[in-house]
Amino acid sequence: MGIRIFGPKKNRAKLPGFGLTLGLSMLYMTILIFIPLSALILYSAKLPIKEFWALISDERVVTAFKISFSSTFYAAVFNFFFGLILAWVLTRYNFFGKRVLDALIDLPFAIPTAVAGISLATLFSKNGILGVFLHKFGIEIAYSKAGIVIALIFIGLPFVVRTVQPVIQELDKELEEAASSLGANFYQIFFRVLFPAIFPALLTGFALAFARGLGEYGSIIFISSNMPYETEIVPLLIVKKLLQFDYRGASAIGVTMLVCAFVLLLLINLLQSFARRRKIN
Amino acid sequence: MKREGFGKIVPYALVVSLFFAAIGGVSAGGQSASAGGTEQKGSVELLNVSYDPTRELYREYNDAFAKYYKDKTGVEVTIRQSHGGSGGQARGVIEGNEADVVTLALAYDVMQIGDKAGIIDSNWQTRLPNNSSPYTSTIVFLVRAGNPKNIKDWDDLVKSGVQIITPDPKTSGGAQWNYLAAYAFAKEKYGSDAQAREFVKQLYNNVPVLDSGARGATNTFVQRGLGDVLLAWENEAFLSINELGKDQFEIVVPSLSILAEPTVSWVDGITSRHGTLEVAKEYLSYLYSDEGQRIAGRNYYRPSNPQIAQEFVTQFPNLKLVHIDDYFGGWRKVHDYYFSDGGEFDTIIAELKKK
Repeated sequence: MGIRIFGPKKNRAKLPGFGLTLGLSMLYMTILIFIPLSALILYSAKLPIKEFWALISDERVVTAFKISFSSTFYAAVFNFFFGLILAWVLTRYNFFGKRVLDALIDLPFAIPTAVAGISLATLFSKNGILGVFLHKFGIEIAYSKAGIVIALIFIGLPFVVRTVQPVIQELDKELEEAASSLGANFYQIFFRVLFPAIFPALLTGFALAFARGLGEYGSIIFISSNMPYETEIVPLLIVKKLLQFDYRGASAIGVTMLVCAFVLLLLINLLQSFARRRKIN
Repeated sequence: MKREGFGKIVPYALVVSLFFAAIGGVSAGGQSASAGGTEQKGSVELLNVSYDPTRELYREYNDAFAKYYKDKTGVEVTIRQSHGGSGGQARGVIEGNEADVVTLALAYDVMQIGDKAGIIDSNWQTRLPNNSSPYTSTIVFLVRAGNPKNIKDWDDLVKSGVQIITPDPKTSGGAQWNYLAAYAFAKEKYGSDAQAREFVKQLYNNVPVLDSGARGATNTFVQRGLGDVLLAWENEAFLSINELGKDQFEIVVPSLSILAEPTVSWVDGITSRHGTLEVAKEYLSYLYSDEGQRIAGRNYYRPSNPQIAQEFVTQFPNLKLVHIDDYFGGWRKVHDYYFSDGGEFDTIIAELKKK
């Protein structure tokens, strides 16, 4: 049921105001997203392709990309599972303090990421409350790759919970009852009836957490050791380039990151619509 | 039952982490408030863009200067301060942070503001006494109480098993002084540049974390308990000891270090627009007055006035200090060779980390 923009009048959408709202949306998107992003791309377009390639294929940059993408991926996968559990618990059960817990989920959205990074570093460093304990077992979280992942888990969690929660809430109890009456056990109900319904939303949450994590800077630089070739993330590299007044280098890396992130999000979106279609059929 | 237990633990865990978030936030401090404020007659506002470890110094100095200026002219001065890594602060000014005066860690950063934004006259370093550095400092070691790794001089830092905390020279002015001090020591001791380079490389092999600024590195060492030795500004080392007690840390003074000259300048382009040129000049000149010098000394910066320095002679140990212009040929050369992209520091790190 597509909406035709240029068609005979009678075929137009029934709801009024389409032209106006679309116009406003485009204006808004242009000012907020297209112009800043194309400025970035135009800036890096000043670079000859050879130089651009030399910049982004530099081993240090490539390593930073690997670190950024892998740790963001791990964090998003972690949130994929634990976000689902949290959302499940929050919608399906009643317990004391549920409202508080529900409100707490959004906090990582609200506090400055640097504060999150510093407090996580405080917790997980050798003489932090959790760090002391982990240190005894020889586990070092702060100033390692694990630290980056922890920070990313922290800031990404709300995305998964908040996208999945309403979907779980909407699930028909009857479906489960029907499945149960047909002799399905709990696991069958969950994996064959409930999970397919939740999955597209879960993917959206995953994609959002992933996208958010790629650009994260503030929380990571405090808990990571920021070592080139080891724990240096792409946004830090960009900031370092800027500090050297190397705007072209910074924008080249920025554009590359933009393209990678966009392609990934597009893929996840395709996967998601595929999952949704399969659910309907 | 089980589910309820889980539900109960989670909020408490979150509350606890939130609590630490709050503490962390407070201890991290913050940059001073951003632009704003109305200018009235009889009152004037200055923005001093500075680097990390001058917070305490300028807090005291600003009060003293405001009082002095009010007595002299009847004008009320309010000084806002901004702190951060020196290079980042310079970039901020280039990109439009409306600093009336800059008091940065390196002359190079001030030069950059002149070069890139053209708002500081090229002769700035001759406009105030002593190369425009009203106080000097040096790099010393801060070690944990009792000096468990028995660190006495730069040599001891390259031994295996010693962890050194120093910020990233690419983002921190202080860290560049650290690098150069180590280099100068090795060159004096071993003779050749090749050996000095190898020494610095060994030193960075012992560095587990690169913080972005001097204050961040101090926090890593002091609050988080990481590392055996902190390469620190002399004043930063004193402050850490004062804040946390002598039973926790000790200062170790190496046999040779570098004469660090933090430099100050008024920003011509901005002061002329704000109409603050006179007060900005006065603000910086007063740093050279007896009172300004004493405030610097009290905040563990070495006063450039020899008479005032004499008053603090017991505070500052005597050590051999090399000068960047004589020894390394000035900041531009140093920056291009050691700290630019693909320069010596980057090469050394690449050699160490790429396997």
